[in-house]
Amino acid sequence: MSLSLTPDGTCAMSNRRPTYHPLVELVLARVREFVREPEAVFWVLVFPIVLAFALGIAFRTKSDEPVYAGVLAGQGSAEIVAGLGTSSGIRARIVQPEQADRALRDGEVQVIILPGTPVAYRFDPTRPESRLARLAVDGQLQRLAGRTDRFTAAEQPLQVVGARYIDWLIPGLLGMNIMGTGLWGIGFAIVWARTKNLLKRFAATPMSRSHYLLAHILARMVFLGIEVGALLIFAWLVFSVSSRGSLLLVAAVAVLGALTFGGIGLLVASRARTVEAVSGWMNAVMLPMWVLSGVFFSSANFPAVTQPFIHALPLTALNDAFRAVMLDGASVPAIAGELLTLCAWTVVSFGIALRVFRWK
Amino acid sequence: MCHNPPVGNSDAQLNAASCRGLQKRYGKVVAVDGLDLDVRTGECFGLLGPNGAGKTTTIEILEGLLNPDAGEVEILGLRWGIDDRALRQRLGIQLQDTQFSDKLTVAEVVRLFRSFYRRGPSVDDVLAMVELDSKRASWVSKLSGGQRQRLAVACALVNEPDLLFLDEPTTGLDPQSRRQLWSLLGQFRQRGGTIVLTTHYMDEAETLCDRVGIVDHGRLIALGTPRDLIATLGAEHVIEFELADGALLETETLKQLPGVQDVRRLNGSTSLQVSELHTAVPALLAELEREHRSLSRFATHHATLEDVFVAHTGRHLRDE
Repeated sequence: MSLSLTPDGTCAMSNRRPTYHPLVELVLARVREFVREPEAVFWVLVFPIVLAFALGIAFRTKSDEPVYAGVLAGQGSAEIVAGLGTSSGIRARIVQPEQADRALRDGEVQVIILPGTPVAYRFDPTRPESRLARLAVDGQLQRLAGRTDRFTAAEQPLQVVGARYIDWLIPGLLGMNIMGTGLWGIGFAIVWARTKNLLKRFAATPMSRSHYLLAHILARMVFLGIEVGALLIFAWLVFSVSSRGSLLLVAAVAVLGALTFGGIGLLVASRARTVEAVSGWMNAVMLPMWVLSGVFFSSANFPAVTQPFIHALPLTALNDAFRAVMLDGASVPAIAGELLTLCAWTVVSFGIALRVFRWK
Repeated sequence: MCHNPPVGNSDAQLNAASCRGLQKRYGKVVAVDGLDLDVRTGECFGLLGPNGAGKTTTIEILEGLLNPDAGEVEILGLRWGIDDRALRQRLGIQLQDTQFSDKLTVAEVVRLFRSFYRRGPSVDDVLAMVELDSKRASWVSKLSGGQRQRLAVACALVNEPDLLFLDEPTTGLDPQSRRQLWSLLGQFRQRGGTIVLTTHYMDEAETLCDRVGIVDHGRLIALGTPRDLIATLGAEHVIEFELADGALLETETLKQLPGVQDVRRLNGSTSLQVSELHTAVPALLAELEREHRSLSRFATHHATLEDVFVAHTGRHLRDE
């Protein structure tokens, strides 16, 4: 804080500080703009938590979940319902013919039993729970018909923290969130400034242009700790999700990921003249990665020929790195490939953005 | 138009900005069509012209924000493309319609701009200069139009520039805000600063500018002090009138009247440039009496830059 002499000769603290380095001032300006925008705070902090909560509930591990069977109304259907009801793992009810297909389609029942000699099963072989229900119903009906089991196996139910869907999902959500906030946060701010002639005004000052772009990325780092921390703490408190690997390494991966998507955000926003245009570009960039990069389901589901491409995507690299650290306890050498991929994306996108950036 | 020496010979002390043969095209539209200008150090130079005359394009080329298709520019003895960094340190620029971040305070915006420059007054001093001290903690979104404009000027003054560019600085402002801004620019002049501004307000040009260049269709059609430009009309007063029956009097008849220098017709009204009202008005009224005509409108005013523009183009500055 600078000191200045007031006219009456007393020494007074200048009520305002001197200016800092332009990069610092630019970052401060970005941070202030962000925290004074309540909607932005919601999308960055609250949205991923709501999403994690909803998905965690929807995909919670269902132990002892019964199978639901429908018995088509007709001769003998009441006996079948009664017989199935003696098994604790099966919930059976009578369905009217006109409702049967709809009930099966909507998942209200997973298998339909058509009474007869022998009975027939109507089920959806593309749904695992439908196949499972068919097996359970068939086993029970066979036993009722007199089949005896040759042996009864002992059961060792597995419920290990770290092997559940939510454990796999959280790292993917972290990656998706870092991508989203990087692109939206930077893209909109830049295009807004461009439409309001503010970029042109900055270009008319001696401000270093790379400082301006860098400030957008660095300002992201301030919120990164909060958004990543909030999601991790939430997942830990509500779903007992924890990291097997070093939290420090998780943080380092998050920082690298934020740099990468900050650079990509700059690149996407580097030419767009309107908010609509940049929205379109950002969706075009993000949508393929939401699907391909293993956020909600494994990218291994896609054909082998596409795998090199999918692994070159920055979100795939980020998600894989998060999962390797959090789920497998990997250390730096094990995720070196992913880190290099992220570094390459960062350098290339920032470099191109700086070159093609439209200031006017 | 006089032939100026080539731009390279100009004395940096004499000219704060000069350009030769400036041309800029947007597709088929020629925005600037061979413009020569010299802005002397310490003066306030105004580019006056209607909307779309090429004023903004010209000033943005001088500011180094646009590249001309042809022509040479020299600012403070330096050139764009070679001395950009040094030049940017010494220029103050206010663009038409810059909107600063709504959610930063006035002081934060000024401090941000101040940080880009090596030297200049403190943030507090700049705010005092533009009389925004009381608004220092207000968000930009809460400012009035005049306050926003003074903030824009504040950001142009943070480096105590040698040369200040202002593009339509008072467009859309109420009279009080305009006068406030004019007095602020007067103070800048007193400290020895040079100003180049564009405007389509003739009163602004007459009040602020030492010299005015009148621009139309990308060309300079008149150049000089406001007083000299008005004097070229050869008439200090203008009479405007319309007849009740919408008819027009013979131009030749009007030119015969004592003191009438020039006759122009615009949209059914007639304007006479006259040297002396006290002889021209009675003569005009007598002529109307003789022809049994009655007036629906009659007005006189001192000749202005507007009349200079009309004299050169046959159009008003603000035909929109």
